Amino acid sequence: MTTDKQTLTHLQRLEAESIHILREVVSECEKPVMLYSVGKDSAVMLHLARKAFYPSPPPFPLLHVDTTWKFKAMYELRDRMARESGMELLVYHNPEAEARGINPFDHGPLHTDMWKTEGLKQALDKFGFDAAFGGARRDEEKSRAKERVFSFRSANHRWDPKNQRPELWNLYNARKSKGESIRVFPISNWTELDIWQYIQLNDIPIVPLYFAAPRPTVERDGLILMVDDDRFPLKPGETPVERSIRFRTLGCYPLTGAVESEATTLEEVIQEMLLTTTSERQGRAIDKDAGDASMEKKKQEGYF
Amino acid sequence: MTAPIQDSAYQVDKLIAEDIHAYLDRHQHKSLLRFITCGSVDDGKSTLIGRLLYDSKMIFEDQLAALESDSKRVGTQGQEIDFALLVDGLAAEREQGITIDVAYRFFATEKRKFIVADTPGHEQYTRNMVTGASTADLAVILIDARKGVLTQTRRHSYLAHLIGIRHIVLAVNKMDLVGYDQATFDAIVADYRAFAGEIGIGDFVAMPISGFKGDNITAPSANTPWYHGPSLVAHLETVELDAERDQAKPFRLPVQWVNRPNLDFRGFSGLVASGAVSPGDRVRVLPSGKTTEVARVVTLDGDLDRAVAGQSVTLTFADEIDCSRGDVIAAADAPPEVADQFEATIVWMADEEMLPGRPYWLKLGTQTVTASIQHPKYQVNVNTMEHLAAKTLDLNAIGVANLSTDRGIVFEPYAANRGLGGFILIDKLTNATVAAGMLHFSLRRAQNVHWQALDVTRERRSGLKNQQPMVLWFTGLSGAGKSTIANLVEKKLVRMNRHTFLLDGDNVRHGLNKDLGFTDADRVENIRRIGEVAKLMTDAGLIVITAFISPFRAERQMVRDMMAPGEFLEIFIDTPLADAEARDVKGLYAKARSGQLKNFTGIDSPYEPPLDPDMRIDTTGMTPEAAADLIIERLIP
Repeated sequence: MTTDKQTLTHLQRLEAESIHILREVVSECEKPVMLYSVGKDSAVMLHLARKAFYPSPPPFPLLHVDTTWKFKAMYELRDRMARESGMELLVYHNPEAEARGINPFDHGPLHTDMWKTEGLKQALDKFGFDAAFGGARRDEEKSRAKERVFSFRSANHRWDPKNQRPELWNLYNARKSKGESIRVFPISNWTELDIWQYIQLNDIPIVPLYFAAPRPTVERDGLILMVDDDRFPLKPGETPVERSIRFRTLGCYPLTGAVESEATTLEEVIQEMLLTTTSERQGRAIDKDAGDASMEKKKQEGYF
Repeated sequence: MTAPIQDSAYQVDKLIAEDIHAYLDRHQHKSLLRFITCGSVDDGKSTLIGRLLYDSKMIFEDQLAALESDSKRVGTQGQEIDFALLVDGLAAEREQGITIDVAYRFFATEKRKFIVADTPGHEQYTRNMVTGASTADLAVILIDARKGVLTQTRRHSYLAHLIGIRHIVLAVNKMDLVGYDQATFDAIVADYRAFAGEIGIGDFVAMPISGFKGDNITAPSANTPWYHGPSLVAHLETVELDAERDQAKPFRLPVQWVNRPNLDFRGFSGLVASGAVSPGDRVRVLPSGKTTEVARVVTLDGDLDRAVAGQSVTLTFADEIDCSRGDVIAAADAPPEVADQFEATIVWMADEEMLPGRPYWLKLGTQTVTASIQHPKYQVNVNTMEHLAAKTLDLNAIGVANLSTDRGIVFEPYAANRGLGGFILIDKLTNATVAAGMLHFSLRRAQNVHWQALDVTRERRSGLKNQQPMVLWFTGLSGAGKSTIANLVEKKLVRMNRHTFLLDGDNVRHGLNKDLGFTDADRVENIRRIGEVAKLMTDAGLIVITAFISPFRAERQMVRDMMAPGEFLEIFIDTPLADAEARDVKGLYAKARSGQLKNFTGIDSPYEPPLDPDMRIDTTGMTPEAAADLIIERLIP
């Protein structure tokens, strides 16, 4: 036995913890799935899964609960990563939202509710998944800070923040009652900076929209939106303006605000992130619907 | 007037703008310290954490703006910034002004990254504090300088010590409110030192701080020139990490998952709990005890020469030996013990009290077994540390008890290895995590009591009787008709030359179980003993008929689990409470209703009907005779 001590870096510790969580779920749950949203957090989570089970491919599929309104570049990376990881990719569209033509321009909050919240519930029920990995982080938002790594949902997918199981040491209780399912957050303890630095150190592919480039944009309600395809209804007199922009977070393109930026490399992106004075989720309209407790309420209703 | 948000303290690190590459290089090499803050709302705990986030530039402008407006609207600090609002997360908490759960916060300084477990301080949240402490390297015990060492200080210190936290910081807060008076500080520290010694805390670091004003948080304060110790952050940046200490211990890796992508590769994946491992090391797989050599330490980034405590890896062996989830790979010359009976400290975390004798799932490392706990030896008063007599443990109670598992588990005392000594208990029916525990040691008798291998087997015995041994387990309310029908069934079986035995209240409660009463705990023990007797009788080849209320599903399941598959028939004598009470053959319902008889099932003690019994007899539409015939038909088709 060697006695020289080796100090693990915080990223090594976080990586080991995440891998441990991924393996526990695969060992204790019957039918896990990884929710893959194609963003940077998903990219890290997928990479961790590939590490956890190497040389086997991760023994579960990827599920993309799609709204049909993501950026084109996201669909491209999604399909490429599924191919490279050797994992099955399931894409789910809420048929009701599809039939009613629900879109972010005409339907406001209903768009997120039907495509994402309802779509997710439908997809999990349809395939019978009993555990779903999600890329949420505790530093993102106040209600996330108190959510467990293994977060239980009732048969109606509701979260009960007052009735969470204690999580001690690295012992996770994955036992479910009939109808219950689990959302598992392997990167709970990562911060935004950790995610970026890990992407850099591991050379993980991410959507090019995270880097600045000249892109066609319009400005609405203080948000810079990118005109990603011709479904974007321009108002009378509105013409797309080319700006050098990038995105700090990616969602549906009509709902995701860009920032003006010249950061074209990862280091520049990280630098900008660290110097910036607004928090990450500010670019998303979704958190502000109902004041303070908006995300907590959404989560109780089944939003991831 | 708000606190000085624009002041020079709130400037991001200059290196970010000037040399991002150097900044990232430094950040990349930071280590990670997890700590817990203990204190009540009044001690300024949330304020301290808010201050740490603020001083380490972890708050963005939009959050600051929200903080300013919230401070004015709902804050408790008048017109100044209420840092506590940064961390009081859930809506329910903000309304009540208290922290009700465990929240995790993140910040980094130049040397380290930190994860803070923020937990509430009131006694009713003991379980939350224990949860937060379980992963912590260090505990910050907050004291209000105006109040000194309080009951809660003692409780928090006891819990932190109990869970094995080696680094204790005594943060005497609100020094600004006592004029930064050294004598006040010294008196509190002396007080605490006396108490700490009593409960076995050998060493601690005391510091005078103000979370609100920022004194001695990131830098020595000019207000306390008499204090020569480190600032809080300086101390947090330098204490030894548990993960590094664990590297010096013998190698242990609890196997999580067997990796078999193809016939040529067989790897064993897990998180190294302690020690280090390299290719060529001799290892022993427990509980089998087989030894082999580590061939490779496999990761996606290439094979490693060495893996240490805290890393998740996959090992391959030189020889093909059995190894699966739940096994522990250990240094061949220093393996951990395997045992099935232990003494342990148990922290009860569920609303429903502990039932001695009831089987629970016990998860330790990657092993999950069935365990039952004996009556506590004592319960600890968490405020005075007195040992109290206790028959059970209820929510937030901490006690010491013996427990036994249905098979041997690989373990180490918690004090030697958290990863192989800490466990959780899971209720088998609700699946809730009901307790956390820490193993002290194995009981000697576990190693010394061996099963006596018998020459005459149970098959021989039942063969002689020309019958299949069986337990007919009747369950139902008092007065449902269990004994009446059970008697008829036994008579019919005897007429058919079957060898039977009827266990009922009369022949059990008056003898074997005459020391037991009718509390929930005693009911569990009653059924456990009856189950064991019934099992011995099936080993003897008998058809055993039992007629007990046996009100709880968990115990009926426990007895089913004791028996060989197919030898347990649960027969639910389903009589509505009103009917049973109307019959009241023994006059017991009348006594229970009048309060003369306590804990009577159906009246003031619950009955959990079987969800999926093997047979259900509806006595409202069937005579006892017909019911008995139905059961015989099922038994001997």
